[in-house]
Amino acid sequence: MTRLPPALLIGAAITLIYAIIALISLVWTPYDITNLQVSNRLQDWSATHWLGTDQLGRDMVSMLMEGARTSIAVAIVAVGIGMAVGVPLGLAAAANRGSLLDEVIMRGNDLIFAFPSLVIAILITAIWGPSATNAILAIGIFNIPVFARVARGGALPIWTLDYILAARTAGKTRTRISAEHVLPNIANLLIVQATIQFSLGILAEAGLSYVGLGAQPPTSSLGRMLSESQTMIYSDAWLAVLPGLAIVILVLGLNLLGDGLRDALDPRLRRARG
Amino acid sequence: MTKHLRLSAAVLALTAGAAFAQQSTITIGMQLEPPMLDPTGGAAAAIDEVVYANVFEGLTRFASDGSVVPGLAESWEISEDGTTYTFTLRDGVTFHDGEAMTAEDVVFSLDRARAEDTTNAQAALFANIVSVEAVDDTTVVVTLDGPDGAFLFDMAWGDAVIVDPASAEGNATNPIGTGPFRFVEWRQGDSIELARNDDYWGEPVALEGATFRFISDPNAAFAAMMAGDVDAFPVFPAPETLAQFEGNPQFNVLVGSTEGETILAMNHGSEALQDVRVREAISHAINRQDIIDGAMFGYGTPIGTHFAPHNPDYVDLTANSDFDPDRARELLAEAGVENLTLRLMLPPPSYARRGGEIIASQLRDVGIETEITNLEWAQWLEQVFRGYDFDLTIVSHTEPMDINIYARPEYYFQYDSAEFQSLMDQLNVETNPEQRGALLRQAQELISTDYVNAYLFQLAKTGVANANIEGLWENSPTQAIDLTGVSWTQ
Repeated sequence: MTRLPPALLIGAAITLIYAIIALISLVWTPYDITNLQVSNRLQDWSATHWLGTDQLGRDMVSMLMEGARTSIAVAIVAVGIGMAVGVPLGLAAAANRGSLLDEVIMRGNDLIFAFPSLVIAILITAIWGPSATNAILAIGIFNIPVFARVARGGALPIWTLDYILAARTAGKTRTRISAEHVLPNIANLLIVQATIQFSLGILAEAGLSYVGLGAQPPTSSLGRMLSESQTMIYSDAWLAVLPGLAIVILVLGLNLLGDGLRDALDPRLRRARG
Repeated sequence: MTKHLRLSAAVLALTAGAAFAQQSTITIGMQLEPPMLDPTGGAAAAIDEVVYANVFEGLTRFASDGSVVPGLAESWEISEDGTTYTFTLRDGVTFHDGEAMTAEDVVFSLDRARAEDTTNAQAALFANIVSVEAVDDTTVVVTLDGPDGAFLFDMAWGDAVIVDPASAEGNATNPIGTGPFRFVEWRQGDSIELARNDDYWGEPVALEGATFRFISDPNAAFAAMMAGDVDAFPVFPAPETLAQFEGNPQFNVLVGSTEGETILAMNHGSEALQDVRVREAISHAINRQDIIDGAMFGYGTPIGTHFAPHNPDYVDLTANSDFDPDRARELLAEAGVENLTLRLMLPPPSYARRGGEIIASQLRDVGIETEITNLEWAQWLEQVFRGYDFDLTIVSHTEPMDINIYARPEYYFQYDSAEFQSLMDQLNVETNPEQRGALLRQAQELISTDYVNAYLFQLAKTGVANANIEGLWENSPTQAIDLTGVSWTQ
């Protein structure tokens, strides 16, 4: 049994804690953040409000819990969209290397890649209006070419291996080979990439919410908490520092997890260590 | 050529002034940049804020307390029947390009504003004028369709300033007026510079020049003010930071009233909101003090109708829509409304964004769900103001004496009441101040008991200025940053 890298353990612990907090917020938060108590605004940290209250009298612990949930939910679905669409595209491109299909898929990817996710998000919200769904779509679309490239890049060398040739002579279609032989062999790559994209998704969601294109009130969102409290940074700094820290720690945790997973899952690194 | 020489002399004086005696110019911060600089051709408040009383003047003008005082007209006589106004103009007034301001210019300006193809944003101000005639160089006779008690008030608006036929077309980018400051330069996206007009007819102004800087981000505005890059920010965009200026002896916080009635506007084209009981329920569900505290950090005066509380004819009707969630629930039950979901569209100002979240919470408490959408101003104008595509929205109506918008069924909230329209028709022809007051009070009561909109609070004018500046307007009787009386104490 090989020893797990410490980065993986720390990253996994942080991610797990956030995941648990997000899950708890589904059924319980200390206070209902949709029920504003304006007379209670800007309270200090206390036993009743552990991290105080914001400018509209909402409990900061509850706001952060729900904000973390929004970030994670948006990032998960967005990465899911990216994988669900990107991986089959990448596999198809690899399976038909050099064909017109390959060209079309990869140049299409380049096209999407050329647009930053923020521009895509502005485009989408200009058409359908700002909402969490549209933020998910924007981040998801941005993720498609990433996964398509990783899948294609990982799949190409596998297509040159002997057992693929054997499968082809046995009469398996390219689609079946991709699904049964190629995909399991690039799963490691995809998992590592997903973790990295997940942390980028968290950042993208925070960015979109910050400029008002993400989740709309009353849904709490870490990015919007930041933008709403920025003018109070001189008087009530915690209102901005807390959501900022929440984002930083979560992204750090995910990056450590991603690095650790790559070390743990990469067969070459594993062999070198073993 | 002389013009160029004079202009460069002014610029020289300005830069020299900045180098040797810093306190002779002023830098004013504004959140929004004007789209152009012709007050007779656009509705944007930022236009008037830069040019009203500074660059352009009208026959009459608003003083800082909202009263109407003589402007380019030195005096006037009103005929017995109230339909003929004879204005005597000041002698020796010139435009910044050296042209003399005469009665012909007044005829041109008013005729241009009331022409059929006018681009004036407040064409209604001139609708009552039948003819404008120049008797001699300094006498103008304006004949009205009927007596109009608000005529002198109307002529004080920024939209009614006097322009020169020779330069009128260029005023959008190179405004030429009669005011104490002349336009020097507009650096798009950054600032507008004015310099003192040394040929001014009136009392010379203390400042040698003024720069209007546009800073849209509230944080950047705060930093610019703290760093001294901006000397005064008459309409400061972040009320939450005022406490820090108040605690600092270097700054003065100016809290005054504005003409901004902040309302939760209801779309009378929406099915659910056509029922007065639903509108009344919404009005009772709202706790105004919470909104003033939470959204405006305590700055603002509760209102119960669409009228400015500092106006002598104001009636306090807040009791008609006091905070009473039980009454709201009863009314909703009476109206048979269940599971009502309304779309709440919020423009960018913090009174709308923060206020919207508070209202959403208060409405939820009585059983009305809201779907909040945050919009930029351009989207808001397109979708809400022109497109009628909304149920609820929060906006501050900053025009003075604008209760007559309730007589316009095509206005965005689409209130259509024959009773109110006839009240406004009577008001338009009434010149007796007492009778006018009575009509205005009646109008306020009607829209209050008809629960046309939910009336929230009168927007406070919260400004910040260097403590050594005096003479800035505390209140905002009109959209203006009047620099004529401003000076440095040291």
